[in-house]
Amino acid sequence: MNDINESINIQNVLKVYKSDTDVYALNDVSLVIQENEFFTLLGPSGCGKTTLLRLIAGFEHPTSGTILLNKKDISLLPPNKRPVNTVFQSYALFPHMTVGGNIAFGLEMLGWSKENVSKAVDEMLALVKMEELKNRRPSEISGGQQQRVALARALAPKPEVLLLDEPLSALDLKLRKQMQIELKRLQSETGITFVFVTHDQEEALTMSDRIAVMDKGKILQFGTPREIYHHPENRFVANFIGDSNFLSATIEGGHATLSDGTKLALSSKNNSTYTGERSILIRPEHVQMVKSNGSKGSFLGTINNIVYFGTDTHFHLELRNGDEFTIRKQNTPDGGKEFEIGSTVELEIDKGAIQILKD
Amino acid sequence: MVTASYKNADNSKEKAALAALEAQKKDIRNRWLLSLPALSIIFFAAAGPMAIVVLYSFLVPGDYTGVKWIFTTENWFNVILERDIFDDNLVWADAHLTIFWRSVKLSLLTTVLTAIFGIPTAYFIATRSNRSRNLWLFLITIPFWTNLLVRTYAIQELIRNQGVINNFLQWTGLTDAPIEMMFTDFAVAFGMTYVYLPLMALPVYASIEKLDFRLVEGAYDLYASRWKCFRRVILPLIRPGLIAGSILVFVPCLGAYVTPRVLGGGNQLMIGNLIGLQFGQGRNWPLGAALSLALMAMVLVALLYFVKVSNSENNRNV
Repeated sequence: MNDINESINIQNVLKVYKSDTDVYALNDVSLVIQENEFFTLLGPSGCGKTTLLRLIAGFEHPTSGTILLNKKDISLLPPNKRPVNTVFQSYALFPHMTVGGNIAFGLEMLGWSKENVSKAVDEMLALVKMEELKNRRPSEISGGQQQRVALARALAPKPEVLLLDEPLSALDLKLRKQMQIELKRLQSETGITFVFVTHDQEEALTMSDRIAVMDKGKILQFGTPREIYHHPENRFVANFIGDSNFLSATIEGGHATLSDGTKLALSSKNNSTYTGERSILIRPEHVQMVKSNGSKGSFLGTINNIVYFGTDTHFHLELRNGDEFTIRKQNTPDGGKEFEIGSTVELEIDKGAIQILKD
Repeated sequence: MVTASYKNADNSKEKAALAALEAQKKDIRNRWLLSLPALSIIFFAAAGPMAIVVLYSFLVPGDYTGVKWIFTTENWFNVILERDIFDDNLVWADAHLTIFWRSVKLSLLTTVLTAIFGIPTAYFIATRSNRSRNLWLFLITIPFWTNLLVRTYAIQELIRNQGVINNFLQWTGLTDAPIEMMFTDFAVAFGMTYVYLPLMALPVYASIEKLDFRLVEGAYDLYASRWKCFRRVILPLIRPGLIAGSILVFVPCLGAYVTPRVLGGGNQLMIGNLIGLQFGQGRNWPLGAALSLALMAMVLVALLYFVKVSNSENNRNV
């Protein structure tokens, strides 16, 4: 049902900065973000994700293209005229105001009455569990607490869309995990569309309803975390999210043939619209190893190195054609010793684990 | 044996401690010696003359100039009071009070005007790119290169009856007769604003340059208009620069001499001119000395007020 209600519709947006006119910060980006969705823009630094966020917030305006919010064109509106709030990477809390003053600021600007402001401030403080710190200054609270204040401040005016610009990057790992859960909770409690920018693939996978992967000002792929992880369309997406084995192969008649003649069967789930010389992707955890019985035509590799990671072990193999291949095997309390460096093993690939890439 | 060795140890410790103490004393002596030049300048160039001023303010004026060595507090009364020529009653010295009031009024007006012109100027410079920023800062210091008197006469050339502005207005037909600007409060405030603008703009610039502009974005994002953003976010954050600038403008304005002399003429005296008059044509050095000290007291009060304002703003919960 929610699928019908678009929240943000970005149409053919182009952004060029004056100083370097050849470089597109955003190059023909089109995107639909649905209502009440946790949407993540994922990509390396400089990929344009923050620029896109700033365009939605209104701090910058597109060189061409339009941005619709609830079907209304907001492309050229200034930030204070958009029902959109931002949680800044630096939090940007006003240092001369208290926690309560910071949260009240947006409401006061909207001209709310005093009673309504103070009621809403208390509600927001309760929502982020910060009631006792209402009268503290931002400099007197911890980074995690500042983060919560920044969230409360941006959520207080009940925006239609909340933009989050790498808000967790300044927190330590434990706090970050905690805040990830917190953010999900806030999103479902408030029912506000969240647009989240991050370069952390794990963060993107765990929190998002949908992800758009960006690089060099373009959106390479968007879909659910599952689609992005299991069915990346190209090498960049596959590489950016999770670990990958890339092999070059010839696709023909339901098989992928490696350069040494090894034939790997493709299931109907594999993307079979591509044929000919292609790169294929196999995730390290989608491969099982068995001790080789030397039968011809099977997918063989020699173990070059074994790295123990606690939860799992990484086996670095060399295939018969000289390609490198990594397998991740989950550890069991007393297993994991049956394979040794130098031994040759036979690889069994899970059904549907071979993904054919566009490039 | 054992106790003896302990004693020895104690002795050597004591010696070391004494030596350290001696070294420390020597160090302190050396420090005093090194600061002697500075201290002597402060004593002979500041404290000494100041003592003379205080002394003279309690003496009787000489017949033509200088002082007679007779103690009196008359001068201090004369700062704000005077004796009625008919019945010898003490009455307010209206002339002095008018001049005091004009000085405070014009200094406040100048401070406000320099802030009004200085803040946008500083904001403009602070938001330029690094390279052009230095150029703008350089341009703002150019007026300092020329003598104050010359610059003040240049302003006279602008605003006098046959000056540039009036000639232009009459040429365009906007006015029939020249607008009287010379020798008015306006002329003095205009001149002082021009002279002291850099002293406001520079400290404000230093504050704005340190301002985190992400906070400004934050304010816009939270529905603040430009004015509200300035009023609620920028202004409180640049307050230290604004206070520093206000002190740098207000204090010298209060004692201004050249600008009111040239642009205000004989009618628009300020305290500085009044003091100058006592040491010159007035031939009343003691009264001049008392007026100088009164001016100092006013400056001190103003400074204390600024300090109080800045402190209370820092502690205020918004």
